[in-house]
Amino acid sequence: MIHVSRNTWLRGLSLVGFLVIWQVIALTLKDPLVPGPDVVLASLWQHGVDGDLFYNLGVTLLRVLASFIIAMFFGTAIGIIMGRYPRLDAGFDGVLVLGLNTPALVTIILCYIWFGLTEVAAITAVALNKIPNTVVTVREGARAVDRKLLEVADAFDLRPVLKLRKVYLPQLYPYLMAAARSGLALIWKIVLVVELLGRSNGVGFELSTFFQFFDITSILAYTLAFAGVVLLIEAVLMRPLDQRLNGWRTV
Amino acid sequence: MIELKVRIRRKTFPGKPADVLAGLAFDAGAGEFIALVGPSGAGKTTILNLVGGLDRDMEGEILINGQPLTDRQTHPVRYGYMFQEPRLMPWLTVEDNVRLVLDGMHDSTERARQLLREVELEGNERSFPRQLSGGMQRRVALARAFAVRPMLLLMDEPFISLDAPTAARLREQLLILWEELRPTVLFVTHDLREALSVADRVIFLSGSPARVVKELRIDVPRPRDPYGKAVTDIHTGLLQAHPDLLSGLANGSRGEVNEHSERRSA
Repeated sequence: MIHVSRNTWLRGLSLVGFLVIWQVIALTLKDPLVPGPDVVLASLWQHGVDGDLFYNLGVTLLRVLASFIIAMFFGTAIGIIMGRYPRLDAGFDGVLVLGLNTPALVTIILCYIWFGLTEVAAITAVALNKIPNTVVTVREGARAVDRKLLEVADAFDLRPVLKLRKVYLPQLYPYLMAAARSGLALIWKIVLVVELLGRSNGVGFELSTFFQFFDITSILAYTLAFAGVVLLIEAVLMRPLDQRLNGWRTV
Repeated sequence: MIELKVRIRRKTFPGKPADVLAGLAFDAGAGEFIALVGPSGAGKTTILNLVGGLDRDMEGEILINGQPLTDRQTHPVRYGYMFQEPRLMPWLTVEDNVRLVLDGMHDSTERARQLLREVELEGNERSFPRQLSGGMQRRVALARAFAVRPMLLLMDEPFISLDAPTAARLREQLLILWEELRPTVLFVTHDLREALSVADRVIFLSGSPARVVKELRIDVPRPRDPYGKAVTDIHTGLLQAHPDLLSGLANGSRGEVNEHSERRSA
């Protein structure tokens, strides 16, 4: 027997309620610019059968993945260093604030102008937008690290790799999880803008094409598919990972 | 077996003008159980950090079997360590906490389980530290310290802030494990009765800057009850002969004496 919790029922119920309200509004307005869920779902099916949906979703996912990994790697490394060494922290804090507050659009345009309309420029632009964010979160974690536990590792002569994996990083996991969650949310949004401005495939590019044809139905169909992917990643990747890394807190 | 020679000429901390340690010298024979007793803030933890190589910034030298400690890489000494707090990794199970320090040993799981059995924690291997009581957490820390088969065991007030029966049980387990392996032990405490009940030799330190003011060999066979006649006799004798010398300790100890005599008369 699969146990379905009350929360799952509530989640499903709210989704059905949303669709019903949407359908009612669409039927009342009878405006081609506000298609109902029935039309959108049909369009979603058609885009799926045609193959363009999966191709573009795939391309976008790959860009998200690449820039996510790059941003998390550099953001974590810089964050740990800044949290550990107050001197460096003071020195780079200004750059960090600047990075945090530079509009994504500026970074994107500059990357495209300097590196050309290339895949590298696109991914660099997205990563650059996310790195300062990761740095701030991870730096907070690095500052809160318990020196007494690190002393245990030194007292027992643990190998540096082991000290990092079993003593240091576990203290950062909650911060890394927070950075990853907020990072994914930010990167989705920026990747679409980057695609719209300078790529010839991906969800962002497709959306801009639909926009030019005022194809609202396709835009909504893509949006639905996109939302589905995001929810799926949260359910099969982020939540289990969180449980695995931080489960000891709730035993 | 480890023979230890400690010769600290001067130890200061950056930004603090006063010396923490000055002219501190003592030896420990192979397999000897030494208790370091002194008032709070006398720099006892600093001594352990220096001997353990966690802190190398000092004038003087520490010789292990005649070799300076700086050669720790070429003459590896297996250290066991117990801190004032259990200092277990909260994200590791009890067993993994012990296995953590046994990295690379082929029988690490077996060894960890064996030690946990010896401190009577069988059945708690899969628990996380926060699920255990304070006394049980200390027992895990004790198991961890002995799991590495230490040659030199450094203990920094390991049984502080435990209730008396729990602390007594832990001291018993410590002595059983020590008899098996006979590591050289430096046991820091500010509880004179605890020192007198566990050590072969008690070294008394002055207040800051810490130096050795008295050494006392305890020839009473173990096990010694910290409130038994033998320990009480030595304790009383010490307080009468050196009321000034032990001023930093007497307050804490006297409280315990009173408490105990009340219990006895009741």
